[in-house]
Amino acid sequence: MIELRAVSKVYPTRKKGAVTALTDLDLRVADGEFVTLVGPSGCGKSTVLKLVAGLLAPTTGQVLIDGRPVTGPRREMGFVFQTPVLLPWRTVRENVLLPIEMLGQPVGPVERRADDLLHQVGLADFRKAHPWELSGGMQQRVGICRALIHDPAVLLMDEPFAALDAMTREALGIELLRIWEEQRKIVLFVTHSIPEAVLLADRVVVMTSRPGRIAGIAEIDLPRPREIDQEYDDRFKNAARRIRRLVEGGGVDEGQRLDAVASSPSHVIRPPSLVGDGGAAGGRS
Amino acid sequence: MDVPRATEDAVRGPVTGTSTGDAAETPDQARERGFSLPADLGRWTAPLVSAILIVVLWQLLIVVARLQPFVLPPPMTVWTAFQGNITALVANAWVTLLETLAGFFLSIAIAVPLAILISTSAPLRNGIYPFLLLGQSVPKQAIAPLLLLWLGYGDGPKVVLAFLTAFFPIVVNTAIGLQMTPPEMLDLGRLLSASRWRLFAKVTFPAAMPYFFAGLKVAISLAIVGAVIGEFIGADRGLGQMIVVATANAQTPLAFAAILMLSFLGIALFGLICLAERIICPWYNKG
Ligand SMILES: Nc1ncnc2c1ncn2[C@@H]1O[C@H](COP(=O)(O)OP(=O)(O)OP(=O)(O)O)[C@@H](O)[C@H]1O
Ligand SMILES: [Mg+2]
Repeated sequence: MIELRAVSKVYPTRKKGAVTALTDLDLRVADGEFVTLVGPSGCGKSTVLKLVAGLLAPTTGQVLIDGRPVTGPRREMGFVFQTPVLLPWRTVRENVLLPIEMLGQPVGPVERRADDLLHQVGLADFRKAHPWELSGGMQQRVGICRALIHDPAVLLMDEPFAALDAMTREALGIELLRIWEEQRKIVLFVTHSIPEAVLLADRVVVMTSRPGRIAGIAEIDLPRPREIDQEYDDRFKNAARRIRRLVEGGGVDEGQRLDAVASSPSHVIRPPSLVGDGGAAGGRS
Repeated sequence: MDVPRATEDAVRGPVTGTSTGDAAETPDQARERGFSLPADLGRWTAPLVSAILIVVLWQLLIVVARLQPFVLPPPMTVWTAFQGNITALVANAWVTLLETLAGFFLSIAIAVPLAILISTSAPLRNGIYPFLLLGQSVPKQAIAPLLLLWLGYGDGPKVVLAFLTAFFPIVVNTAIGLQMTPPEMLDLGRLLSASRWRLFAKVTFPAAMPYFFAGLKVAISLAIVGAVIGEFIGADRGLGQMIVVATANAQTPLAFAAILMLSFLGIALFGLICLAERIICPWYNKG
């Protein structure tokens, strides 16, 4: 389980003094949960992922994983970036195996796993190809395999499909869900696309504009396994609409808006004070 | 459902442009790919056409301006001088080649470690860079006589001059290349607690190779210039010395033949570096 307790993050900058990226952020993510984060640009979504990964330390508050505070970079994290960032001199398979090499482990025993992962994302025939021979969507698939190769407990994804066209994006989302159904890792997934957030998530966390905090959380009670067709479902549309309102209301006046969320007629969206209570029923520890 | 997508894409527009995966394309490659002639045809015919054009203009200039052969010899005379003195030209070219290569490899041997130091620590960078710039702003011709004084008449000053002229572009390009590691890769390395050395060997260093080679391509021509300046100042052999002597004796066609030989040398060395680049980083010119 991942817990952020009253986390704030202030970036010192040379010119403008300090930038408060996050204030007073509370979030709990249960094991096996798929959580998407949406919010205006610059509200601190990437910062949240980096805090969870241990790449950044919170200015105040605590980040806990399975009850233990995060004190540095954690190798049980898989990270998928917005751009695939593959190494052009390595083949697809060698790129997938890079984390194993970085860990200083022998790649031999893991090669099968790399091939299996590539097979799962439909790239079995491209193991020996080089990144430049792949389309953007295929490259991002490789990026996902690379993030999963060392079997991390948590998958952190920072707008992984942002550079792709809408159709590729949906297809990749569904593929990701299929892998997730099998492996049931925690997934923290940042996106700018509300439909994507709804399609993938158990819960959608909406953040306010800077300084970022949680504007509300929407539980998505669409049945799994998810399919693209569910986008035409009324429940899907309603959830998307509510999230959109939250996003658009973000940052106008924090106090008022949070009250508005709290008293909103929807049973799905809850104010930050209740965050995480619902998701705590996870399986793995 | 359409409305949100449209706005999101608008927001994301500039972000996608910063994709790191294919940022390495130079304008030259872009142009080459856009070239409409079949690539090979364009590659060989275009320089040939320019060469013919230059020779024609050269001849034309002589005829129109009524230049004497000892001022500007016609192309055919130069070519005859080239063929007639081929043994001497090759022998002297060999000398200049060795001086150039000695200086060139010396500058690689010192520039690359220095670039690594510069790129790994900000204090070192701030300590070293100003002096590099200072050194670079000193005209090499100016110190050539001093080198002659210190190192004597032999190969020493030529090698040092070749080294000094080649050094700067290699350091600067390599240092820049070593700092071009995608930040995501650095994060990945930290997450997996990869040692600095491992990250360097697996990511940082290979990623810098195209920049290193860009530096080498500039440096090799400069190294030849350095060696030739050294020969101008004082030498008893080498193409530079040959040019000086031929000019003094009013053997202008021979001087031109030596210059022709120098450019052959430059082209050959440049070509070798391109070949090495293609072998060592074949990924670089790929789409
Ligand atoms: N290294 C840094 N130094 C200073 N300020 C930073 C740094 N990283 C982020 N910030 C600031 O913190 C805020 C949050 O940044 P972050 O990258 O987390 O936002 P984001 O929600 O991921 O935005 P986007 O949707 O555009 O990716 C931004 O306003 C940014 O200016
Ligand atoms: Mg971000």
